[in-house]
Amino acid sequence: MRAVIAEDSVLLRIGVVKVLEAAGFEVCAETADAHGLLAAVEEHRPDLAVIDVRMPPGFTDEGVRAALVIRRQWPDTAVLLLSQYVEERYAADLLASHTSGVGYLLKERIADVEEFAQSARRVAGGGTALDPQVVAQLLVRRHRDPLDRLTPREREVLELMAGGRSNAGIAAELVVSDSAVAKHINSIFTKLDLPRAEADHRRVLAVLRLLGVTGG
Amino acid sequence: MQIETGPLRRPFAGAGRATVFHCAGVAVQAGVVLVLAAPWIYFVPTALWAVAVAAVVPAAGVVLAGPLLTRVQRARFRDRLGVRVPAPVGLAERPGPRGLRRWLGSAPGRRQLRYHLLAAPLCALGGLLVAALWAAGAASATVYVWLWVTPWQWWVHDAGYTAEAAYVTVAGAALLYAAAWLAKALARRDARAARALLGPSREEELTRRVADLAESRAAVVDAADAERRRIERDLHDGVQQRLVALAVNLGLARATLGELPADVRTVLDEAHREAKEAIAELNDLVRGLHPAVLEDRGLDAALSGVAARLPVPVRLAVRLARRPSPTVEAVAYFVVSEALTNVVKHARASRAEVTVEERAGTLVVAVSDDGVGGADASGGSGGSGTGLAGLAKRVASVDGVFSCRSPVGGPTVVTVELPCVP
Repeated sequence: MRAVIAEDSVLLRIGVVKVLEAAGFEVCAETADAHGLLAAVEEHRPDLAVIDVRMPPGFTDEGVRAALVIRRQWPDTAVLLLSQYVEERYAADLLASHTSGVGYLLKERIADVEEFAQSARRVAGGGTALDPQVVAQLLVRRHRDPLDRLTPREREVLELMAGGRSNAGIAAELVVSDSAVAKHINSIFTKLDLPRAEADHRRVLAVLRLLGVTGG
Repeated sequence: MQIETGPLRRPFAGAGRATVFHCAGVAVQAGVVLVLAAPWIYFVPTALWAVAVAAVVPAAGVVLAGPLLTRVQRARFRDRLGVRVPAPVGLAERPGPRGLRRWLGSAPGRRQLRYHLLAAPLCALGGLLVAALWAAGAASATVYVWLWVTPWQWWVHDAGYTAEAAYVTVAGAALLYAAAWLAKALARRDARAARALLGPSREEELTRRVADLAESRAAVVDAADAERRRIERDLHDGVQQRLVALAVNLGLARATLGELPADVRTVLDEAHREAKEAIAELNDLVRGLHPAVLEDRGLDAALSGVAARLPVPVRLAVRLARRPSPTVEAVAYFVVSEALTNVVKHARASRAEVTVEERAGTLVVAVSDDGVGGADASGGSGGSGTGLAGLAKRVASVDGVFSCRSPVGGPTVVTVELPCVP
């Protein structure tokens, strides 16, 4: 899999390149600003673009805007945003148009190399990777009554689902069995009034409802 | 006031200066009298209208020369006495025709006129008296000199070396003493009158001081806030990035350096953990200073970050049509994050609610919880009190109103109103 990186801090860029290479990516371009990033994506058509949110010249949300452009113009390129702090509207912007092939992680997560590599691979493969802090922050504003019915454990499970984890991933994270996770997920579907007829989409619907991206 | 006030020990110290000062005053008033008398010197009006014109025109001239007289008097006090008479606020030093009308209409202008028409002439009369006393005293005290220099034929009844001449000498000394005393006392009086009438009134001065203080305090608060933001920027763009890079490299080393001696691996693990903890600590520190997200995206975004990190569920509603000033934003952020910290630490609450909205130029911030209450905002010993007192101070620094209702048994509601002028 091929990746491009846009990050203005040289030290960090070198680190990210190493991590991605260790994760099996071929890094075909490194840039320091959004302009260079778009040019690189157009040229290389990579599977993944790893993008810093704050980049020159404005140092505000150039990365997010570049990510939205990439998702629209080159849908085959997944985007993984990196940020020093969490701003849930960036995630909402991204998720509103695409719920797959997007990721939004705090920069410090890169330090957990294995996990970051997993997230990067997941996003590049069309999955989602949302930082737990992003999820928590989305929940603050999107507090809805059906969600209040969830037990703390069910909530945890749903948040991990929102982070893009599979049942096995959730089970490993919470140190419970796969069947326990399945039981929790079923309970969540019931409490969120997601009928069995839509079984295939229930997982996505539950997450979207949690994040308040759709009307829910 | 630089006039010597120990008449018993040094009766003449400063008297000379005061006398020169009075002479200058007499000269000024002589000029005024000359203007008033000018028509009468050249002709003696007989008709009533002529009398009226001769009286009114020079008087009007004096009145119109008021600002000039004020400048002259102020210079006299400064140069001859070393007394600074402050200028009243909002009055031009050299008014044009329009300014002159404003000068006449204003309270400080009328006060100045009162000085020029009443106090200054009276003081000038006093000044004349001082001069006369000096002259008389000097003449009397030196009676023996006069006796000695005048031809002996003029001596009346052989007045020299008699008891009378001795009396005259003593009286002269007393007159000199009185002149010195009067010169200084009169100068003090004059200075007091000038300060009261030529300068700003106490009320005006206080108003100006309050305005000055409010301005300088706002500047200090803004400067402190800007400094906080600068420190945050430096940490954010420098140290934080380097630490993350370090943690990433350590993480890479852990993941990729396959076979390692156990102790090397332990050291590596330890370093990796330390680096990550340092990042977390630095993040907390930066958040307490002034989070980047507050500057970039405003209160709503920053507060949702605060709420998300809390162990209790928080309902957050930020209803703002536009962003307040950075300083007000910073205070509001600080209030909410501190209040929520208190909720977690002390309230034993199961949920909290934060609302931020603007009502008629006021930013109203309310943080409530369903905890045990009993919070003390008066800043008592330890507990939540000190935190609340700190909040109240920070709010007061921008003229905000802080209130905390927290009956024992709860619930606690902290409300803050911050003026944010549109």
